[in-house]
Amino acid sequence: MQKQLTKGNVAIVKAAVLAGCRAFYGYPITPASEIAEAAALYLPRAGGVFVQAESEVAAINMLYGAAAAGVRSMTASSGPGISLMQEGFSYLAGAELPCVIADIMRGGPGLGNIAPEQSDYNQIVKGGGHGNYRTLVVAPDSVQEMADLTTWAFDLADRYRNPVVVLADGFIGQMMEPVEFAARATLPAAPGWAVRGDAETRKNMVTSLYLEPDILERHVRKLEEKYKQAERNEVRFESWRTEDAEIVLVGYGIVGRILKAAVELARARGMAVGLLRPITLFPFPTQQIRELAKHAKAFAVVELSTGQLVDDVRLALEGRAPVEFFSRVGGNAPSAEDVLAFVEHTFPGSLPQPVAVRQEELIHG
Amino acid sequence: MASYTVTHQKARAFYDTYERKAELQNQTHYCPGCGHGIVSKLLAQAIDELGVQDRTVLISPVGCSVFGYYYFDVGNVQVAHGRAPAVATAVKRSRPESIVIGYQGDGDLAAIGTAEIIHAANRGEPITVIFVNNGIYGMTGGQMAPTTLLGRKTATSPLGRDAMNEGFPLHVCEMLNSLEAPVYIERVALGNNKQIMHAAKVVKRAVENQVKGLGFSFVEVLSPCPTIWKMQPVEAQRFVRDEMAAVFGLCNFRDRTKEAQARPARAASPALEDLPRLLDLGNGSGEDAVAACPPQELDLRIKVAGFGGQGVLMLGEVLAEAGLDAGYEVSWLPSYGPEMRSGTSNCHVRLANHAIDSPLVSRPNVLLALNEPSLRKFLPAVEEGGLVLYNGSEIPGDCVRSDLRMVALPFTQLADELGATKVGNIVMLGALLEATGILEQGRVVGALKRLVHPRFFELDLAALARGRGEFRESASDDYLWGV
Repeated sequence: MQKQLTKGNVAIVKAAVLAGCRAFYGYPITPASEIAEAAALYLPRAGGVFVQAESEVAAINMLYGAAAAGVRSMTASSGPGISLMQEGFSYLAGAELPCVIADIMRGGPGLGNIAPEQSDYNQIVKGGGHGNYRTLVVAPDSVQEMADLTTWAFDLADRYRNPVVVLADGFIGQMMEPVEFAARATLPAAPGWAVRGDAETRKNMVTSLYLEPDILERHVRKLEEKYKQAERNEVRFESWRTEDAEIVLVGYGIVGRILKAAVELARARGMAVGLLRPITLFPFPTQQIRELAKHAKAFAVVELSTGQLVDDVRLALEGRAPVEFFSRVGGNAPSAEDVLAFVEHTFPGSLPQPVAVRQEELIHG
Repeated sequence: MASYTVTHQKARAFYDTYERKAELQNQTHYCPGCGHGIVSKLLAQAIDELGVQDRTVLISPVGCSVFGYYYFDVGNVQVAHGRAPAVATAVKRSRPESIVIGYQGDGDLAAIGTAEIIHAANRGEPITVIFVNNGIYGMTGGQMAPTTLLGRKTATSPLGRDAMNEGFPLHVCEMLNSLEAPVYIERVALGNNKQIMHAAKVVKRAVENQVKGLGFSFVEVLSPCPTIWKMQPVEAQRFVRDEMAAVFGLCNFRDRTKEAQARPARAASPALEDLPRLLDLGNGSGEDAVAACPPQELDLRIKVAGFGGQGVLMLGEVLAEAGLDAGYEVSWLPSYGPEMRSGTSNCHVRLANHAIDSPLVSRPNVLLALNEPSLRKFLPAVEEGGLVLYNGSEIPGDCVRSDLRMVALPFTQLADELGATKVGNIVMLGALLEATGILEQGRVVGALKRLVHPRFFELDLAALARGRGEFRESASDDYLWGV
């Protein structure tokens, strides 16, 4: 199909409908509102349901109902609304209900502002709700990926029976780029476990309640195994000019794009700089980052938060290489030139050499 | 009366055994004298009598009735505290043929779930809600509920509920009765056998309304909780009959079942192959494909800036749309939100014959400044050799940079002469096209045709021509820039 200039927030909805999404329950919030607006237009056209809920709390619980009934469903919000939805995230994961949630991140904490940030990372990737659960998280860096990763998110959600979050920032949500959408629409059959209100599914039950400790432990272990399986099978990342990189920049979403420009600027000055862009934030590309540490001398994490992704990079490296950090917040974004200046300032001339003995210990420790 | 006689025969909508705990498979978890057992039985009988067991989905709440799914042999969904009406909304909308029954207690429905019940009712969701009001939090051990009577001592109102401190008992039926959409609202009680037999009728009506496809039906049941109330069951029943009913009047608040219209069935779903068209996908330009190879080397990093309302974002969008049509890689990134409605507005546009790394333009090689603040703000960042178009009769003296090609034209004034201030942005676009030679006229006209209202199309074409003409006249012979 021909490429079409499309806004990130709208691309999510079109891709979702093509992927068989037939229910959207949402609540308006800048900078995610275009998702609800597009859903209000396109879901009914596709024979689906759109409801503007009374709150994000209601919206996420409506998602629970639609998913329980076996319908591919989604919602979208931004920081403050996502905070309210955390109860539902936990219940959806606990009840093993598949659905897709888009978080178009804005500035926080509190009301913050409506400009882009990446400060929902911990809330989304580490789990802002209660209990032992994870959400699978994909992080698009372009409008094309807004479409492609949304499509994939629905498949992942069904495969793992778990909520999947499309974590984007206000830049990606608001910008327009050419998109090539899936050529064919799909509509998967309702899963066998769903409660559809018919004779065939009368014995089915959806719950997150397991009162007996042994039974709950078994359930939690089952969820844990699913997340391990996702870690084995679903990691996605983009490695850009890292083959010979001495300094590896790490960033996701819009920052990944800025870092690509920064890599070009640095390369033009003869610096061996590359980019590792996680596409899945959970599961995290831990092994891939670790692998790069075999030849890279240092890592620099850039994000639009005061340091959330950087923790995962440090955990992945376990001290194998130094990790530097650069950020802008409040709705500001660093320019490629800012990043270049940071890299030049942080790594002047010769780069710090990792201590060989310590590295040995940590690899085995 | 016969059909409402309370019998000892188990309703078919109940399971034969309750597999909640291995050692207790023939009893519920409800305490002796608890009203929940009675309400469950009335509901199960209603499901039997209406023949809808296969179609029923029971929404179990949090509270004493959390275990509904151990007893009801129907589709079961257990949900978060207070959220049953939201979940029920989506189950019903997902499966319109199902019979969705929300079952909630007073802590669940009247405290934490107040918003969800009011809005489900207000939307007129065609579901059935059974609201069991025993004036206490039973499951958590006897804390005050919004429906606790004044003066009653509870674990969290140890001195007795005081209106000055805890407010008054909440009247949910009366509250819902202020809404337009609900079809059926009634409060019943379990204070004696007569009341129970009436409750059976009402519960059945509330389910039957849904079977008929009518709207939102709500039954509040005043129900005894002898264990937490620390009463004998008979005394608890008296309390329901005399004291609760004195505060919560037993009444049919609304029965619009005769006037109510069944909800129209949802339109049939379109064929999957029609979806791309319904999603407005496909070729907007009407041409077969984008030019396979970009016609020329190009790396335009454009910043468009001005006041909100000057068409800053639209100017950028036309450039991006026409650029895509011409086979370039493009990106368009706006400032957004309330900014758009007042104050300044800007967007970043890139057109290139290679993949675009960052869509953020930090070092523009084209600045389109629609006002002076924008010129002053973004001028320092413009790359050496870049082009600046400024909306004004001349560049302010302190803004002149000799390393740039700077052109000032009164675009807004030129637009005024065309009869519409708002096309100043398109006049500027015409000047840009003339200045750079990028993008064939046809691509830009095609983009305008797709993006602007047909009413303004001719005006925009005139604006485009005016911009080109003015630039030709104002610029020197060597104006062709950068390409």
